[in-house]
Amino acid sequence: MPDLLRQSWNRMRAFFHKAPLDHDLDAEMASHLDLAIDENLRSGLSPEEARRQALVRFGGVQQAREQQRAARGLPFLDVLAQDLRFALRTMRRDLGFSIVAVLMLGLGIGANVAAFSVVNTILLRPLPMANSDRLVWIAPPPQKCGLSCATYSADAYDEFKAQSRSYQDITGYMAFSTPDNLRLTGRGEPVPVTGIEVMANFFQTLGVQPMLGRLFTPADARHGSHPVVLLQHAYWKRQFAADPAIVGKEIDLNGSPATVVGVLPASFDFGAVFSPGARIDLLSAEVLDDERQWGNIVTLIGRLKPGVTLAQAQADANLVVPHLCWSEKYPQSCGSYAGKDGGGMELRTLKNYVSGRIRRSLELLWGAVGLILLIVCVNMSNLLLARSAARGKEFAMRSALGAQRGRIVRQLLTESLLLSAGGAALGLAIAWAVTFYLTRAGSIALPLLSSIRLDGAAMGWTLLVTLATAFLFGLMPGLKMASGSLQETLKDSGAGSGKGLRHGKIRAALVISEVALACVLVVGAGLLLRSFLRVLDVDLGFAPDHAASIKVDYDDSAPTNEASVAKRAEIFGQVIARVSALPGVEAAGIVDFLPLEQNRAWGAPTPQGKIFPEGALPSPLVYVCSPGYFRAMGMRVHGRGFTWDDNLKSQEVVLINAAAARTYWPGEDAVGKVLMSGKEQMHVIGVVDDVHASSVEDERGWQIYYSALQKGPSSAQLVIRSKVPPASMAGSVLRALRELNPNQPAAEFQPIRTIVDRAVSPRRFFVLLVGIFAALGLTLAALGIYGVIAYGVTQQTQEIGIRIALGASRARVQLGVLGKTFSLVVVGLIAGTLASLATARLMASMLFGTQPTDALTYVAMAAVLLVVALTAGYLPAWRASRINPIIALRSN
Amino acid sequence: MPEEKLDLLQGTLDLMVLQTLAAIGTQHGYGIARRIEQVSGHEVLLNQGTIYASLVRLQQRGWIDAAWGTSDNNRKAKFYSITRRGRKRLVEDAAYWQRLSAVMGRVLAMQPEGGE
Repeated sequence: MPDLLRQSWNRMRAFFHKAPLDHDLDAEMASHLDLAIDENLRSGLSPEEARRQALVRFGGVQQAREQQRAARGLPFLDVLAQDLRFALRTMRRDLGFSIVAVLMLGLGIGANVAAFSVVNTILLRPLPMANSDRLVWIAPPPQKCGLSCATYSADAYDEFKAQSRSYQDITGYMAFSTPDNLRLTGRGEPVPVTGIEVMANFFQTLGVQPMLGRLFTPADARHGSHPVVLLQHAYWKRQFAADPAIVGKEIDLNGSPATVVGVLPASFDFGAVFSPGARIDLLSAEVLDDERQWGNIVTLIGRLKPGVTLAQAQADANLVVPHLCWSEKYPQSCGSYAGKDGGGMELRTLKNYVSGRIRRSLELLWGAVGLILLIVCVNMSNLLLARSAARGKEFAMRSALGAQRGRIVRQLLTESLLLSAGGAALGLAIAWAVTFYLTRAGSIALPLLSSIRLDGAAMGWTLLVTLATAFLFGLMPGLKMASGSLQETLKDSGAGSGKGLRHGKIRAALVISEVALACVLVVGAGLLLRSFLRVLDVDLGFAPDHAASIKVDYDDSAPTNEASVAKRAEIFGQVIARVSALPGVEAAGIVDFLPLEQNRAWGAPTPQGKIFPEGALPSPLVYVCSPGYFRAMGMRVHGRGFTWDDNLKSQEVVLINAAAARTYWPGEDAVGKVLMSGKEQMHVIGVVDDVHASSVEDERGWQIYYSALQKGPSSAQLVIRSKVPPASMAGSVLRALRELNPNQPAAEFQPIRTIVDRAVSPRRFFVLLVGIFAALGLTLAALGIYGVIAYGVTQQTQEIGIRIALGASRARVQLGVLGKTFSLVVVGLIAGTLASLATARLMASMLFGTQPTDALTYVAMAAVLLVVALTAGYLPAWRASRINPIIALRSN
Repeated sequence: MPEEKLDLLQGTLDLMVLQTLAAIGTQHGYGIARRIEQVSGHEVLLNQGTIYASLVRLQQRGWIDAAWGTSDNNRKAKFYSITRRGRKRLVEDAAYWQRLSAVMGRVLAMQPEGGE
């Protein structure tokens, strides 16, 4: 419809050219009247009568003008502009109020937008891969034997892939990589690099396209093929200065050349998805044929065929699993994946694997910021109500002059929208700062954290929250004000009138709900804090303070095992001797896997002379370590630790942990007993206290320690214990290592405390956030209480003045005001405690060693709230007691 | 009290203005209003001022043109004339009105059934 289009266009133009159009209209109407008067004069009327008649026939001039304006322009926008102008003027007049309001709204909205960005990135947005909802994580159900029981062997992978019918493709990656497992040489001093081996079809299956170059091909994963790597986007930028011609170049990794075949897009960060909190620099092609004898090493991910559901895939897997063999060469290993009751494989969506564990925490976070916003709304309602008392007459006057009720509500909503918009602007700035911090906080072990940003969805959410907030806090006072009886308001002289009383009740209800909301927040934060303190109190089995570790580069390759062990013994001996000699070092030792980082298990040994049913003995986690390690790590040993004589020439010795000892020899001392691994005898020389190997919060499993002079370690983590702060040792330790081995890269020298901190970082993160929110909620509630009580005192100035004049003591006046505060808070506390008991049950799964009904938390919450509330109430009470009765009585 | 005047239905004034301009050619607002009053036999309730909302609406839709000029008795006035598109529109709207009024006529002429 071109006509309508033309009209809309003209209306828009008219909206922006009001003055000339109005001028034109006025001229036209004047000419109209002149023409009418001329005609009336011609018909013989007197000049006055001619003019009067002309005006009567014309009708209201102003009315005609308004009609024409409405017809030609955009009346809706005109009203809006008018309301906005008026609202701005009101805000400027009441600057203090506006600043407080915008600040509060900004905090509330900012917290909400920031929390939404986190929730959106981790929970709501699909993973950064094509059709990621078709990807499934394929793993055995959780067991106590760590990563080795969560992975599959190369043979099992091939077999599973061949027999399963549910997948377009199945891929996987090498689960046993440690940070800084490679070193980049040939570019100045050696630089540590973290690389992970992935199967050749990894990115094709995940649906990730390279930004530069190509992905891996099956040829890259063949035995003996030239090593190739794909770079992570961030690493490419950091290490290679985003060199656009990097593809095809050779880099030296661990002394041998590898070709860079491509660069991954910035959107896909392997570490952020699969190993939160750890940085992954590059990916290489996994040669499965070289790893057939390595046991369980790969983690599997499958892409479902179109139309296949997770349940169907699970049923399919249940059929296939009993046929899987650990190694095709050992028929007795077939069926070992089936598990005891057939549940040997558990499928879940990749999304669920990545973010399932923290879903609850994030939902809690979201709930907490929702509560904050509610408190902000309640506070704003309160502030606006207080103002409405002051502005009641203004609006009564306006409606007496003909303003419609809808128009007044609209005006008030415009004002609250404007305040909200100010709050949203501030909130966005806050949220931006928070997300900026989070994307760079690499030490928080939460998945996908690095890809958090304020995107379109977050903007949409901001808009939604802003509008909802404005509506929530603006509508109630608006309706209230518009509905008040005109005459009453105009007559109302302020203090002590009926309306004041009714308002008082609403305001009391608002304060009570505010206190109750703050209760829920404080209890939630309190319970989480208690849990966190409990987690920090956990006996880890080692002493994380005053210890640090660094990855040591060594080369023990030799033609025979004996030669290799001898070489290793020499290197380790030198390293430990040299480092131990450094001033401040108390003990030093080497282990292949640190607790709370990587781990692995070998087969389950059996105690000599005892018969356990098949599968009753779990596989202990295996650690290969040098003499000195237990002391360096601060682990408690009963019996003896390893010595340099525990080598190939002596009998094979092991240490086991207390939990394993209890299982193997219940009620007996394990030291001196013998474990059988096949036909091999292993003499138990000591029992080590249980160590939290994979998580601070999980139960401890079985652990076994081998001598590095009898078994081959996977890598070497040098652990030192020092009298001085370990971080200050970094330089001297690295120098010592470099003197022994010029190839030693500048690997991270990390205090053991850092490892523990990283392990508890998600909990710390949530405690910190919820704690901040609780403090915020508490502050807002205190502000609200203060506002209401102070307003009440102002309203009752006269009454208080009379009471003082009649001899009431100042203390009594103060007590009266405080008593009122107290009664409001107590009611709020009761409501809040009930609400907290209900919500605390929802977070039971997130608590550690703490009951949802933890009495101490509730008592502390009540005490804190009471103190805060009474403090907030004290100021007005003090002011009330200072009222001068003479001035108070005269002022009205 | 004389008989009450007819309230104008929404949109009827626009049609009257178009028809008036089509019939008498170029005319100013006052002239148009007067002409409608005369033709309607002073039966419609028309504050002359309301015609300006109608005029600006028609002009914005491109159905009439406007230009300042001088009247017979030497007064400056804005003169309106119907455009080609306006004429087309008039034919359509007039046909619609005639159909509607015919239907209304038939419906209102309906007799109570079974009364004969």
